[in-house]
Amino acid sequence: MRRNTLTLIIILVLFISSVLALLFPVLGRQGMRLGLDLQGGLHILYEADLSSVEPGTEDEIIEGVMGVLGNRINPLGVTEPVIQRQGEDRILVELPGLSITDREKERLARVAVLEFGETAAQGEEAKWENELGRWKPATAEVNGEVKELTSRYFRQNTYVSPSQAGGVDLVFEWDAEGRVLSEQITGRLLGQRLGIFEGDTAVMGEDGRPIAPVVQNVITEGGRITGLSFTEANSLSQQLNAGRLPVSLSVLSDETVSPTLGANFINQSILAGVIGLVLVMLFMILYYRLPGALASLTLVFYGALVLALFKMIPVTLTLAGLGGFILSIGMAVDANVLIFERMKEELRSGRTVGAAIEAGFNRAWNAIRDANITTFIVCLILIWIGSTIDAGAPVQGFGLTLLVGVGVSMFTAILVTRTFMRLSVHTGLANRISLFSPEVRKK
Amino acid sequence: MLNLTGKRFWFIIISGILMLVSLVSLISLGLKRGVEFSSGSMLTVNFEEELTQQEVEQALGELGYSDSIVQQTQPTGNYIIRTHVLDENEQTQLKISLQERLGNFAGEFSFRRVSPMIATETSRSASIAVAVAALGILLYVTWAFRRMPKPFHYGTCAIVALVHDALIALGVFSIFGAILGWEINLMFITGILAVIGYSVNNTVVIFDRIRENLILGISPDFETVVNRSVVDTMARSLNTSLTTLVVVLALLLFVGASIQNFVIVLIIGIIAGTFSSVFFAPMLLLVWDRNEWKNFWRWLSFRRVTS
Repeated sequence: MRRNTLTLIIILVLFISSVLALLFPVLGRQGMRLGLDLQGGLHILYEADLSSVEPGTEDEIIEGVMGVLGNRINPLGVTEPVIQRQGEDRILVELPGLSITDREKERLARVAVLEFGETAAQGEEAKWENELGRWKPATAEVNGEVKELTSRYFRQNTYVSPSQAGGVDLVFEWDAEGRVLSEQITGRLLGQRLGIFEGDTAVMGEDGRPIAPVVQNVITEGGRITGLSFTEANSLSQQLNAGRLPVSLSVLSDETVSPTLGANFINQSILAGVIGLVLVMLFMILYYRLPGALASLTLVFYGALVLALFKMIPVTLTLAGLGGFILSIGMAVDANVLIFERMKEELRSGRTVGAAIEAGFNRAWNAIRDANITTFIVCLILIWIGSTIDAGAPVQGFGLTLLVGVGVSMFTAILVTRTFMRLSVHTGLANRISLFSPEVRKK
Repeated sequence: MLNLTGKRFWFIIISGILMLVSLVSLISLGLKRGVEFSSGSMLTVNFEEELTQQEVEQALGELGYSDSIVQQTQPTGNYIIRTHVLDENEQTQLKISLQERLGNFAGEFSFRRVSPMIATETSRSASIAVAVAALGILLYVTWAFRRMPKPFHYGTCAIVALVHDALIALGVFSIFGAILGWEINLMFITGILAVIGYSVNNTVVIFDRIRENLILGISPDFETVVNRSVVDTMARSLNTSLTTLVVVLALLLFVGASIQNFVIVLIIGIIAGTFSSVFFAPMLLLVWDRNEWKNFWRWLSFRRVTS
C-alpha cells in the first residue's frame, strides 16, 4: 500500500510538472517548436558546386558555407533557423516564421567573402552604412587596374590565436597581390579606420559593435583582426579558408508557407485531438467500466506527458507529427486494452479482483513489449529515412512523435493504470466486481 | 468456441484475391504522382486585383493547367501556384496568359523549379525504408520467437501480413487514383510506413498469445492452439482497431484536405491490418506448419469443380 501511495505521488508530481512545462516557458521556449508547415516560413535546399574543389577539403568548405549562411540569417531575426548539411554537397536551410523577398533569398547564397572598406567622403556613393559612418570599398591600383581589397587575397591559412588583450585574434596573411594592395591602402589610410564587411553588413565584434580598426602602420605581410569572440573568430577563419574558393550555391528547391495557413492547421488538429480523445474515453468507460475510467484518467496523463516531452526534447511538430500524436492516442489505449482483456479472462476463471489485476498485467507484458518494439523499429527507420531526404521533415516528425507516444504509452499503461487499479482495490471499490466486468456478474 | 482455423483456406483465399487485385491494379493503373511527389514548378504571384482562390484555379484550368495546385499565402493576395515542370518558355507563357486573364501582377513574383532529382530520391528512400523495416521486423520477430520450434515461420508470416496490408493500401489508392484522381505525395508514403508499423504490432500480439498457449501446453494440437489464441485475442484486436479508427476519423473530419492522403491510407491500412492479423497471418502460420499446401491446392480445385 505504501509503495502504491508513493507511486501515486510520483505520478501526480510528473503530471503537475508536465502541465506546468506546457503552460510556462521551458529552456527559453514558450510554445512548442513548430515545423515550417505549421508556422509558415522558408525552406531552401542548396547544392554547392564542389567540382573545382581540392579533394579532401569538401567538409571544411561546406562548413564554411554553412557558417556564412548562418551569419547572413542571424540578422533576419529568425528564432530557430535550421542550417543542415545533407549528403555530400547539399545544404538545407529552413527559416520558420519568415517571409523574405527574392533578393534577400538570393543574397543568402552568395559566396563567402570579407571586404575591406574605407570611409566614404561626402557625396561619394557608399556601399555600407553603420554606426561608424558611411563606407566604400577600399581600393588600390595594381598594374593600372583598380582593385578592391577583399579576403580573396588572403592566403588560405587563417587561424585563431590568443591576443595580448586577453581575447582572440584572427590571424591572416596576404598573398602576393594582396600585399601590394594592402601596402598601398594602409599607407594611404594611416590613422583612419578600416572597416571589415561581409556581404551587406559589418563584421561584428564580441562587444556587438562593428569591427573597424584604426590603421596604425603600413601592413604588408598580413594582420590580425582583434575584438572578435572566440566562436566568431573560429567560424570566420573557417569561412575564409573556404570562402576564398569559388564555391557557388544553386537552389535545388525552395518553398514558402504562409503563417496563417499553419495556424489554421494547429487549431484543426487540436479539435481533432480533443474529439478523438473524448470518443476513445467514452468507448473505454462504456466497454470496460471502472478500469476503462481509470484508463481514461491515464490517457489525460499520457497526453500531458507526451506534449511536455515534445516541448522539452524538443520535437519539431509538423502536421504529420500532429497526426502521429493523435494516432498514438488511439494506440496508447492498446496496452490498456491488452491488460483489461487479460483481467477479464482471469476474472472469468474465478480469481479475485486483486489477483486478476496482477495476473492481467503480468501476462499482458510480453505482448505489449514485443508489439511495441516492432513499432519502435519502424519509427526509427522513419526517422532515419526522413533525415536523408529533402522535405523529409514530415516523415521524420511522424516517426519521432509516434516513437515518443508509444514509449510513453508503455510507461503509463504499466505503471500509472496499474497503480490506479491497485489503489481502487484498496479503497474497496473493487469489491463490486460488476464495476470490472459486467459479463462476469451475469454468469 | 468459434472455429476459425477450420475455415483457414477461405481466409487465405480472400487475402490472396485482395492482394492479387491490388497488384494487378497497381501494375495496370499505376499510381498518380502528385506535383509534390514528382517534380514541378512553383510560381508565386501577387495580383493587383483582389481575387478569390476559385478565380485563380478556374483561370488556370481554362489555360490547361488543371493539374496545378493553388495556395493562398501571406501577405493577402499572394498565391503559390504549383504546376508540372515548365521550361523557360512555358513559364513566360503562363505568366503572360495569367496576366491577360486576371490583370497585372503587383510587385515581385518568383518562379521556382523543384528538381526531379529530389523526387527520385524520395521514392528510392521510401523503398529502402520499407525493405529495411521488413528486414528489421523479420529479424526481431524471429529472435523474439526463438524458443518456438520454427521461429523463422513467425517472422515470415508477420512480413507477409505486412506486405498484404501495404499492397492493399497501394492497390486501393491506384484504383481511386484512376477513378477520382487521388494523387500520392509524401504524406501518402508516411501513411504507408505507418501502416507497416501498425500491421506488425497487431500480428505480433496474436503470435505472442500462440507462444504463450504453446508453452502452457493447452493442447498438443497446433490447430487448437492457434484457434484458441485467435479467439482469445479477438476482443483486443477489434477494440484497438476501433479506438485507432475513431481518432483517425477525427483527423480526417477536422484536419481535412492537406493530410487526407495520410488519413485515408491509415484507414485502409487499419482495416486490412486487422483482417490480416486475425484471419490471415495465424492461418498462414498453421498451414505452413502443417505443410498443407497440397491440401490447399486440392481444396481450391475442388471448389472450382463443384461451383
